[in-house]
Amino acid sequence: MFDWRWDFTFEILPRLIVATGNTLLAAGLGYAIAVVLGLVFALAQRTPFRPLTMVVREAVEFIRSTPLVLQIFFVFYVGPQFGIRLSPWTAGMIAIGLHYAAYLSEVYRGGLESVPKGQWEAAKSLNLSTARTYFRVILPQALPPSLAGMGNYLVGIFKDTPMLSVIGVAELMHTANAIGSETYRFLEPFTLVGIIFLCISLPTAALIRVFETWVRRKLGLG
Amino acid sequence: MSYFEFLGQYGDRIASGTLITMALTVLSALLAVAIAVAAGLMRMAPNMAVRGFATVYIEIFRGTSLLVQLYWIFFVLPLFGITLEKFTAGFVAVGMNLGAYGAELVRGAILSVPKGQWEAALALNMSPAKRMIRVILPQAVLIMLPSWGNLLIELLKGTALVALISVADLMFQVKQINGTTFMSAESFGTALIIYYVLARFMITPFMRWLERVMMRKMGRA
Amino acid sequence: MDTTDVSAFPLRLEGDAIPMVSFKKVTKSYGNLVVLDSLDLDVAEGEMVTVIGPSGSGKTTVLRMLMTLETINGGVIYVDGEPLTHMERDGKLVRADSRHLRKMRSKIGMCFQHFNLFPHMTALENCMEGPVHVLGMSKKEARERSEELLAMVGMAEKRDQHPSRLSGGQQQRVAIARALAMRPKVMLFDEVTSALDPEVIGEVTNVIRRLVAEHNLTMLMVTHQMGFAKDISDRICFFYSGRIEEQGSPEELFGNPQKERTQQFLSAVKEAS
Repeated sequence: MFDWRWDFTFEILPRLIVATGNTLLAAGLGYAIAVVLGLVFALAQRTPFRPLTMVVREAVEFIRSTPLVLQIFFVFYVGPQFGIRLSPWTAGMIAIGLHYAAYLSEVYRGGLESVPKGQWEAAKSLNLSTARTYFRVILPQALPPSLAGMGNYLVGIFKDTPMLSVIGVAELMHTANAIGSETYRFLEPFTLVGIIFLCISLPTAALIRVFETWVRRKLGLG
Repeated sequence: MSYFEFLGQYGDRIASGTLITMALTVLSALLAVAIAVAAGLMRMAPNMAVRGFATVYIEIFRGTSLLVQLYWIFFVLPLFGITLEKFTAGFVAVGMNLGAYGAELVRGAILSVPKGQWEAALALNMSPAKRMIRVILPQAVLIMLPSWGNLLIELLKGTALVALISVADLMFQVKQINGTTFMSAESFGTALIIYYVLARFMITPFMRWLERVMMRKMGRA
Repeated sequence: MDTTDVSAFPLRLEGDAIPMVSFKKVTKSYGNLVVLDSLDLDVAEGEMVTVIGPSGSGKTTVLRMLMTLETINGGVIYVDGEPLTHMERDGKLVRADSRHLRKMRSKIGMCFQHFNLFPHMTALENCMEGPVHVLGMSKKEARERSEELLAMVGMAEKRDQHPSRLSGGQQQRVAIARALAMRPKVMLFDEVTSALDPEVIGEVTNVIRRLVAEHNLTMLMVTHQMGFAKDISDRICFFYSGRIEEQGSPEELFGNPQKERTQQFLSAVKEAS
């Protein structure tokens, strides 16, 4: 029953490693979009302009409550219906970036709310401008409590990249699938994919915890 | 074709897909809760082998993707002589994955029950099992219920992946409809709205209700 | 009297002796709860006024309104003769916009009960933040001024420490230096010793004593330290449920209080200490 073939394993390993590069690239790009867009979502919810606040709030809720894989299909297929053709990569990055931006905006929101009211009052008593208050006083303090959540979602986005295979992004899962349908062997490719994911996500999670402590110390909050 | 005509023609299939999605959600939620409690408690067991087993389980299922696990269970397990029907494979994969996340919630909640409660139970000379079941777990449930609300929404979203092994859930149905009609906005858009409604108007209110019931039971309402 | 209509108030205070701070019929309420009821209070330039009273009497609100941390529901506050809560537009007083507030706020500095130092900045950086980024001072100049002030409050040696490494008394002294670095005309001290351990209260009150003795700052203070208030204040205001129940020189108010509520409050405080 245990029919593991080592020669086959070594034959497909290089292909999978190349595909891992694509997976990391997709996760990195998607995360970069999410980090920036998430901050925009979070800050938009703090403006005194009520309609904007409510629209963004609802959009974030909607994105968070619906499946990413469906959002990927939606972005990829709805464009052409209206004459906009998106490459799998572009559509994938938009979908995954938006999805995680919604999550990260909640992380930022929690971080911003954790800054004591007295800090806002002190900034006001020193007459700091709104921009200065945010960038110099509030955000540096909102960052450390956000880091754990941000780290979790970095690992999360990495683990969600296999969903991009459904629209043909040649990442790890897509490649393993292709190998499976070419060779009719699924044991090795799918198991290797699992091992590669473990080998990346576990150390990354540990590294993030180290980084978190380092940032806290750097900002003098340790 | 107008949107109403679209609904008239494909409404039945969308409805049957929605029912499958709901069934998958309920079954995988039950499995996830059972696994979460078991793995969460095992993670804190004094026996190292038991603790190690739970840790490995949790790390593997949290460290890899649900999609990878689903494919593995569906395509690879049969090679070991365990063949699951696709619907079963679907909810087992989702339940096992979310159960691993739930285990951490259980553990976290148990650890955050104040130390004084453990000490008080000990002072009453309760057995370890009694201590856990009579004193600690009820308080832990109250602590972790809000997080379970979010986890169940993740679980609902996770069920959409079983479409990829051809379980005829909502996701699968709209994908098929899109394939024949090319009405992507209508098909995928409808599904997005249905998932949103399930999450926000069924799961969230249900969890709120459960929280209220538990609070009342614990005399905190 | 409806004081939300401000048309009866002057556009600016004029005359020989313009008070540095002037509350004119100021009302503050949260919903139905009236915190301050038509308050009239003038503070002359260089005067040290201490506000005392039971909790909930509205005394902290007086300072917070002056720092524009709270909006007011009626009346007008003037600082240095100019309206603070309002501004002139087309010959009438209207609610101050954020530009006007920023301009007026530069005249006022505040120290808080919980210090509110920025935790990610050192003592020196806390003091330099405002001068560099609000007053537009050069870093060199701001550093000199801040070091001077930190030396004055006895914190020169700790200037490169983050707040988490400082005791409460030390943090509060840095906070005083930070507020002074903005060269305010009016300083507000909101229960600055209430969060401190008893043994370090003296190091903060000594700094304030020095300020009173050596500088011509206008100061408003809320405190529970009656002895300290008696020593350094020019005037004491006793607040009771949103009004000034009684005010006078420390000798008058502590030595010979006229109102029954003042007597009750003072004897209750005396018993507790």
